[in-house]
Formats: sequence, structure tokens, C-alpha cells
Amino acid sequence: MRRGKTRRDRTVESISLPPESLTDEALSLRSVVIPTSPKSLPRTLLIACGALAREILAIIEINDLTGMALECLPATLHNHPERIPEAVRAKVQAARSRGIQDVHVVYADCGTGGLLDQVCEEEGVTRIAGPHCYAFFDGLDAFASRSEEEIGALFLTDFFARQFDTLLWKGLGLDRHPELLEMYFGNYDRVVHLAQTDDPVLDAKARAAADRLGLRYVRRKTGYGELNDFVTRAASS
Amino acid sequence: MSDEEDDIVLSELSNEELVQQMHDDLYDGLKDEILEGVDILLGRGWEPYKVLTEALVEGMRIVGIDFRDGILFVPEVLLAANAMKGGMGILKPLLAETGAPKQGKMVIGTVKGDIHDIGKNLVSMMMEGAGFEVVDLGINNPVENYLEALDKEDADILGMSALLTTTMPYMKVVIDEMKAKGIRENYVVLVGGAPLNEEFGKAIGADAYCRDAAVAVETAKEYMAQRLHNQ
Repeated sequence: MRRGKTRRDRTVESISLPPESLTDEALSLRSVVIPTSPKSLPRTLLIACGALAREILAIIEINDLTGMALECLPATLHNHPERIPEAVRAKVQAARSRGIQDVHVVYADCGTGGLLDQVCEEEGVTRIAGPHCYAFFDGLDAFASRSEEEIGALFLTDFFARQFDTLLWKGLGLDRHPELLEMYFGNYDRVVHLAQTDDPVLDAKARAAADRLGLRYVRRKTGYGELNDFVTRAASS
Repeated sequence: MSDEEDDIVLSELSNEELVQQMHDDLYDGLKDEILEGVDILLGRGWEPYKVLTEALVEGMRIVGIDFRDGILFVPEVLLAANAMKGGMGILKPLLAETGAPKQGKMVIGTVKGDIHDIGKNLVSMMMEGAGFEVVDLGINNPVENYLEALDKEDADILGMSALLTTTMPYMKVVIDEMKAKGIRENYVVLVGGAPLNEEFGKAIGADAYCRDAAVAVETAKEYMAQRLHNQ
């Protein structure tokens, strides 16, 4: 019997990586502090899912936003949403203890069933609206209006297309037990790649992911969607 | 796996050793070994109900505890469930023939807009293992499906499942419709799914939120015992 094994949780230990050194693996598995202005205390801190780090940094750069810093929780929490609210709370409280008052949470509800909103309210911070990151990339109204038609869709953002192997295939144990594929995805009928960027290599990865799952592939260019508005508003708050 | 474990011949084990080994095999998701173990115990004259409860249900109970405690994860639980499902496949027709204690009847389904059924299927299987008759409506169920099945099946319990934050509010639609029709109190309503919590269960008017399949079984048993007591 194999009872009693334990795992050391490395996801709570933060590492500091400048934007140019970010890796998808680090963003998937680790809590990452991304100093954008290392020598001064940032005016505004964004606490985000690692799956959104590159997009947020791109928005900061495109809009030339200053005084902002970004701290990310591991994207692998996507597979354990019950851990997200308290992990966010710990980040918010740590930021406040360092004297940063303007804190924004860049997480959708992400399967927390309203508990993340409760934490945000208790801590006095704002959160980007929406049930999932897919929804705010797609646009909340558009996403909701397609919910019936796309009931069988597995959504991939650019990040999840890149990290399909780590977060989905291995994360769900399909590398070790491919026989579980039907139990996981038997009711799905398509992969919808909500593309933030135009990248043929990434498109090929997303298409390959759909093939491995035995699902139809659909690509929809969304850009940064409502994430752009949220981050720019946070910068001017 | 060690050589020593490879050498285990199930048919040479005593009943007690075999049941222990089946718990281990369920834990490790070894379906073929479970099928063999079930056949051996039946061949030794065990009642199907005894095989079900002592070998399979108890084994899955251990799996459930380690899942709750973060020792096992979803893939391992699914493999264990798949192994148990195999064993149940042998036992179910025999249970129907030989008769087994009946706990009650449950209608269960994933709510409208939601296609996720892993948790629901686990609950269905564990409820059957505990002696409940289960009518599984599958996925993406509008309120009409639930109400029709509750009436047609003369059920005691309604189970609703959802994986998405966007679909879990539909449970309230179903409960409100039951209230509007004056039938809410005729049934025990249990709800579950990853984004749910106890507070949500209370807020929508369910009798209980069940965080996993084992809790669902225990909760259903408690409510059925209360119902019998009140009759």
C-alpha cells in the first residue's frame, strides 16, 4: 500500500525574476515576484495568476504604465482553485505590510465559487470581473452569449497552449494514465484557442493539443480583451 | 512495485488477506486484480453484498480519506473508481438477484450548462455501493429533467452537481421551482461540485453541501435515517 506519502509544497515559496528571465515553467509552478522598478516601492501592485504574467507585462509596456509591480501565484493553482483565495490574501497582506496600499487582484473567480470575491472584499482590493480568464479575454458579454453553443469547449489561452503538457496533460495525470482521457474529456467536443497574439508556432501547439485530446480545433483572436482595461484602470487609480 | 508484490497470487490468500490486498489494489487502481478478487470471493461463497461492502466500498473509503487529506490526487482517484466500477459490474446483477439492503432512491445529474460529470459519477457509484438506487440523468440538465425524474422514480433524494462558477447558480433555479410547485419538502436535496461550499448550499436552500462522495453517502444515510424516524 502506498499510503502516507507527502509532498513539499514549493508553490508558496516566492522567487524573484525580472521580466526578461521569466519562464513558463516558473510561472506555472512557482510564486514569482516580477520587479518592474526594483529600486523604489511601486505605487500599484497587481497580484495575478502566473498564466496572465506575460500578458500583463505586455499591457504595461504597450501603455507605458509606470509605478506598477507584478506578483504572480503559480498557474498550477488552476488545478486547485480551493487554494487560491487564501494564497491571494497572503499576498495582499504581505504587500500591505511593505507599505503598498494600491493593490489589485488579476484573477477571475477561477472556480472559487465566490470565495475569492469574499477575500477581496475583506481585504479591500478590487478584482478583475469574470468567471474565468477565458471570459475576460473573450469579452464577458460575448463569452456569456456563446455559452450554450460552446458548452463542450475546452478553452486555451496562449499561456495554456504553451503549457498544455505541464498543466493539463501531466497535471491531470494523462502522461501516466492516458486511459483517463475519456473520463476527463469524453463530454467535450472542441478546443477553442483564445489567442492573445498572432504566433503560428503557438497556433500549431494549440492545434496539436486538440489533436491529442481528439477534439476539433477552433482559433479565435481576442487580443488582451478586458484585461487591458483593468490593468490600465489600475494604473490610474 | 517490488518482486515480492509481483509474486502475490490472490487465490492463495486467506479471505482476510485477500480483502486487505483488494483495498491495496483499489488504492493502486488495479482493475484486473479487483475483478479477479471479486471472482475469488464469490467463488468462496461470499454474498455479493459482503464483497461489495467489505472489499470495494471499504477500499474506496480509504481512497476517499487520502484524497481529502491531499495524499492522493484526482488521477489516482479516477483509477481507483474505474477499478471499483469493474468490480461493481460483476456484483450489480448478482445484488439484484440476491437482494441487498435498500437505503433509498436518488436522482442525480449535472446542472444545465455544465458537462462535467467526474464528481457526479463518483457519487453515483459510491451511493450504489452504499445500497442506494441511483437514477443518473447525466449532464446539462434543465429543471424539467429533475422534476420529471423525481416524480417518475418516486425518489427520496435529489443530487445536483456543477463544476463551473457560472453554472452552480442553476441549482437555485431547480430548488426554487420545487418550492413553487410545493414539492421541495418531499425530497432531500444534496449539492456538490468543486466551486461550491457550505455557505452556498445553505444560501440556495439545499439540505446539505457534500464536499466529496464519501460525505454525500454519509449525509444521505443520515437523512434517510431521519426520514424513517419521522414516519
